[in-house]
Amino acid sequence: MSEAITASFVMFSGANDDQVQGYLVMPDGSAPRGSVLVLHHMPGFDRGSKEIARRFATMGYNVLCPNLYWREAPDAAPDDAAAVARANGGVPDERLIGDAEGAVAYLRALQTSNGKVGVIGYCSGGRQSVLVACTVEVDAVVDCYGAFVTGIPSDRFPLKVTNLVDQLPALKAPLLGLFGADDQYPSPEHVAELEEILVREGKVHTIVNYEGTGHGFFTTDRSAYRFDSANDGWARITEFYGTYLKG
Amino acid sequence: MCTYLTVHAPVIASAKGPGGAWFETSDAVVYFDHPVHAPAEHTLNIDLPNPRSTTGERVAIEMTAASARELMKAIADVLDTVPIELTVN
Repeated sequence: MSEAITASFVMFSGANDDQVQGYLVMPDGSAPRGSVLVLHHMPGFDRGSKEIARRFATMGYNVLCPNLYWREAPDAAPDDAAAVARANGGVPDERLIGDAEGAVAYLRALQTSNGKVGVIGYCSGGRQSVLVACTVEVDAVVDCYGAFVTGIPSDRFPLKVTNLVDQLPALKAPLLGLFGADDQYPSPEHVAELEEILVREGKVHTIVNYEGTGHGFFTTDRSAYRFDSANDGWARITEFYGTYLKG
Repeated sequence: MCTYLTVHAPVIASAKGPGGAWFETSDAVVYFDHPVHAPAEHTLNIDLPNPRSTTGERVAIEMTAASARELMKAIADVLDTVPIELTVN
């Protein structure tokens, strides 16, 4: 644990060698430590995402949270940038992967890096974190209620995303999945399908379904926040990253 | 959940945005997702973006699904009451 941290905005090379903004938070000191890549949810590079980044830093990790909407509106407020990104059709998976590759390389190049990098995402970022773990060399992945990792989107739901069922056999890292049993996207059936695939493919994983809990239970400023599920989730993340990201 | 669902509507309109300045807008963006500010888990959201802005300037509205239906009804009631010749531009 390190309560003394330093936060700053940095630029790193993302997809197509584009310069992308990121929120870098590091514990003070020179001891080697693991890193965490935080993928923000669809509402954007917001205060809550940065708070999560700072929390991981106080847990002893170097943290980078990329502004996935940087290209759309570089100087905009996070919610306005999210609106522009949405109006433009969202973040293509290929671009997300390229940005994640760049972010992981940036974290590994830090002087205090021990070479280990975990990725975590919430909501749409949960799906993206799994996508990253299927395509980029990372050491651990946490999926917090990411919809459309499995399951088939409804015909009435003109989504621009696909599920990741075809990609899951390529998962490169142990996975911790934290879900609300009352969530509909992902539903318990979607989560069960994910677990079934992970078992079948022999992937190291832990899936947790919190009873009486819906979507977005880590979000402290929304009514969906469930302190008991969130506290247990943070404890599990702490143990999980402690296992796989230590030097 | 994040719905990913977004629908565009072409509009001939102006909106009064940040700083109190009017701007012309041509693309209403409608979606149903987490709000930034409204007191609900999911809302019907409408953005009227300023196409000339490089900082994502827009007029944004977030409302519950029931509120959106009330608004749709109010809009329809008003338009149904207006003499048709006044609605042709």
